[in-house]
Amino acid sequence: MSDECYDVAIIGAGATGAAVARRLAAYELRVVLLEKCVDVCFGVSKANSGIIHAGFHHPVTSLKARLEIRGNLMFEQLHHELGFPFKRVGILVAAFSEEEMKTVQRLYQQGMANGVPRLEICSSERMRLLEPKLNPDVVGGLYAPTGGIIEPYRYVFALVENAQRNGVTLKTEFEVAEARHDGDAYTILSRRGDRIRAVRVVNAAGLYADEVSRIFGGEEFKIIPRKGEEFLLERNAAGLPRQVIFPVPGRHTKGILVIPTVEGTMMVGPTATEVEDKEDRATTAEHLEMVFAQAVQMVPVISRREIITSFSGSRPVLEGNDFFIDISKKAPHFIQAAGIQSPGLTASPAVAEYIKDLLKQDGLALVEKSAFDPTLPPVPRVREMSTAQLAAMAAQDPRYGHIACRCETVSEAEIVEAIRRGHATLDGIKFYTRAGMGRCQGGFCTYKVLKIIARETGLPMEAITKRGDGSYVLSHRIAPDMLAGEVGHA
Amino acid sequence: MRERQYDAVVIGGGAAGMAAALRITGAGYATAIVEREEGLGGILMQCIHNGFGLHRFKEELTGPEFAERLIEQVNTSKIDVFLKTTVMEITPDKDSRKLVVCGPDTGVMQLNARAVVLAMGCRERNRGNLGIPGTRPSGIFTAGLAQRLINIEGYVPGRRVVIIGSGDIGLIMARRLHWVGAEVLGVVEILPYPSGITRNIVQCLQDFHIPLYLSHVVTRIDGRDRVEGVEVAPLENGAPDKSRAFPIACDTVLLSVGLIPENELSQHAGVRIGHDTGGPVVDARLMTNLEGVFACGNVLHVHDLVDWVAEEAERCGDGVVAYLEAGAVPMKQGAVTPGANVKYVVPHHYLPGQDAHFSLRALIVKDRAELLVRRAGSVIKRRVLRHVKPAEMIYFKISGEELPPSPAREAPASLEIAVE
Amino acid sequence: MTVPKEIICLGCPNGCHMTCEQHADGSVTVTGHQCERGEDYASEELLDPKRVVTAVVALDDGPIPFAPVKTDKPIPVTKIHSLLKTLYRARATPPIRCGDMLIRDFSGTGVNVTFTRTIPADTTKNNNPGSG
Repeated sequence: MSDECYDVAIIGAGATGAAVARRLAAYELRVVLLEKCVDVCFGVSKANSGIIHAGFHHPVTSLKARLEIRGNLMFEQLHHELGFPFKRVGILVAAFSEEEMKTVQRLYQQGMANGVPRLEICSSERMRLLEPKLNPDVVGGLYAPTGGIIEPYRYVFALVENAQRNGVTLKTEFEVAEARHDGDAYTILSRRGDRIRAVRVVNAAGLYADEVSRIFGGEEFKIIPRKGEEFLLERNAAGLPRQVIFPVPGRHTKGILVIPTVEGTMMVGPTATEVEDKEDRATTAEHLEMVFAQAVQMVPVISRREIITSFSGSRPVLEGNDFFIDISKKAPHFIQAAGIQSPGLTASPAVAEYIKDLLKQDGLALVEKSAFDPTLPPVPRVREMSTAQLAAMAAQDPRYGHIACRCETVSEAEIVEAIRRGHATLDGIKFYTRAGMGRCQGGFCTYKVLKIIARETGLPMEAITKRGDGSYVLSHRIAPDMLAGEVGHA
Repeated sequence: MRERQYDAVVIGGGAAGMAAALRITGAGYATAIVEREEGLGGILMQCIHNGFGLHRFKEELTGPEFAERLIEQVNTSKIDVFLKTTVMEITPDKDSRKLVVCGPDTGVMQLNARAVVLAMGCRERNRGNLGIPGTRPSGIFTAGLAQRLINIEGYVPGRRVVIIGSGDIGLIMARRLHWVGAEVLGVVEILPYPSGITRNIVQCLQDFHIPLYLSHVVTRIDGRDRVEGVEVAPLENGAPDKSRAFPIACDTVLLSVGLIPENELSQHAGVRIGHDTGGPVVDARLMTNLEGVFACGNVLHVHDLVDWVAEEAERCGDGVVAYLEAGAVPMKQGAVTPGANVKYVVPHHYLPGQDAHFSLRALIVKDRAELLVRRAGSVIKRRVLRHVKPAEMIYFKISGEELPPSPAREAPASLEIAVE
Repeated sequence: MTVPKEIICLGCPNGCHMTCEQHADGSVTVTGHQCERGEDYASEELLDPKRVVTAVVALDDGPIPFAPVKTDKPIPVTKIHSLLKTLYRARATPPIRCGDMLIRDFSGTGVNVTFTRTIPADTTKNNNPGSG
């Protein structure tokens, strides 16, 4: 066995791991990014709300507040370099009583202490002017113009792609099962029996950071999954606001938000329930009621009739609620990045910077790579083209003229491109291209996408999955031997 | 960009689009059909079961056979057919309508048309629309998608299936699944009566001893990667009774829970949509609020029978021809509004002195009901209906003599249509 | 005498719920129907139920993978299983015209199976002014 040894192995290809991979790609290093799922961004980051927080929610003493503020400021540049959708739409916190205004005051002070730019305490009139869809009973609130929104999976996909273009190796379906340190490096074994070696390891395993830490002999801690359910509403939904609207927060969470997405749809949620099972992704009828009751309080025109789908994901919460990012005191050359829950997405570029510094502190030699290209060539998307651009693209490649997903206007060419870039499951294609993410939820395009995957990958139709593992889509082809027993009439 | 001129462009090559286009080309007008799929026929092509055409052709046909009869006429007509072509945008204008279309064969083109017919059909309601709680595994399909996968692609989605909703598509799929070797474990219907017709209850469920759970709902879908089961609960006073909930282990869930007219393109162009139908609000000739833009078939309102879709589309074609000949209706139209126990009536207007055909959907289940048409408060027409239910559209005609013009300069009195 | 059987009449939209009994001498009594069609329907459902069967047949070298077919008249339900097995085993090659016969007189029933869709050998379609 050749046993190539990486300088750094990053475990987990969510927002944190991807940002670290992309940051390290700027140096002369051999880096590998390990992901247990079939595609990147299939864990905690997939169900993210996509908010770039302004930085007033957490006390100045916390690590997360520092990284949140720094991360927020880095998104313009990342957006220009990597092309994922990002809009600084601003954040409002809406208060509906004088009591709540006191909390708004506290948030304002906290934000000022954290260094949030252009924070503003608003009167009722100012709030309604900023957001005409707000309930007119609003007493006042906080306005943070630096808050924004991104599409979380496109952000993670772009980070990983850029890292790969700059030499980082991605290994999907690599679930860490075992690790041994032999004095020089770790030997890491996957559950499928693959093996790699790496001198240093970054634990960005999200909900499984506790288990990964244990495997490497690192600190003992427990990640508590805090489940959040969210509801996605149609494009041009009646309640679609301009800014992200927060209620005045409770003790543990930021409450039920009303979120305009960068793609023009809207989201309400998330709930926050501590659950036992890390894989618990179920939504419940009770929470749907609760979410809409709260959302309607802030924006009365929100209608449940406009729901196109719901989903849930769990935040990886660590006791004390702060991030735990540090060089392990127990395992050699092991960097912990655990408990990265909200505002983990916002903080991710700053977390990557912070981890890069920790790796340096741990003795990693950082030599800048002269050939590092921070940019990604844009992926042509019919949805974003003018008629003239589309005419030119379709003339060049007829597959741009074939609109496979009518709801989100996604061409066959975009789906082929997604498959070529390694996203060959229905969900991978959905998150990369938006095919199947619209109002019909794949009712019309699923068979087309299945056929394109089969054609491009050579996989039999039955082998195509929704998101890897046992999530097959089709059971079998029609055949005489499938008729067990008497199928005619009972 | 290449441009082409037509008198009329029909969007959608299903039964509605073809029937409308045939009528328009028959009057000698240059007509085109723009269809996004690879062939004409629309959703009929995957409805390989029989039961179509009894009214129109007086015989029982399968979906593809019904479509074939129209396709043959289209293929021998002068209609230009753009296949694999999607309409990206409609720009309405006073004198003409501009359509930007796009396809792998056609590239991007602009079609200029004096009249446009919207005939894009409908889409299926999905799980998100229902808000069924639980996980999001693979194995949840709308009935129409499963139908396409089996009947055209030849792939069976799963082996053990629960169907939610007892609409005809769901029932037909229960039989189809049984006939391709899958086991259908039950059909779960929220209403106290089945939504599909009796024949389908007998021949698609009873023939195979498939249980029909009336007044039941699926309260949860379980499974991590693939569906592993559902929880079903009876309704008690309108809410699921959790104490009597029971699980059904299955690997597939099919949804047959209603259809929604597909009007995003229309809305983007500025077509006004009625809340009751989910389709455009139309005048007596099936013209929308945008001059020269007409609508027919399931994009206008969801029909039960393709025979009536084709008939409505032909009336729409006649409306287009009248428009191409003489412009918009010069006289004032009377409003048509739903009265007691009526969800909607289409079209939303009538022309005094001219025959009018209406489609309406009742809100109630009743034997021996009466259809009442009131004009300015007084009943002008009655009809006994042997049996009404929301799942079955009611069609009726009022002759021009029954709808005399109002006194000069006065707007025609509105019609109110009730089922009592 | 056999156990009475409940049958819903599909002779017309009335959908009468009928009770049918077959007697030792082979005769059948029907109650609950409103017209003669009910009686005929019930006897046939009881003694020799038949259904129209629609299905698909795999294609070799076609523009689509399967072609739809139907029985040209109702077939005894006891024959449906073997008919489906036969159909799923069969293969056909386009061009196919709607109405073409696939199976003549299936298993002595007098029932034929015909194609219900025209499928050209060639995927390109004429009549499309945009292509070529």
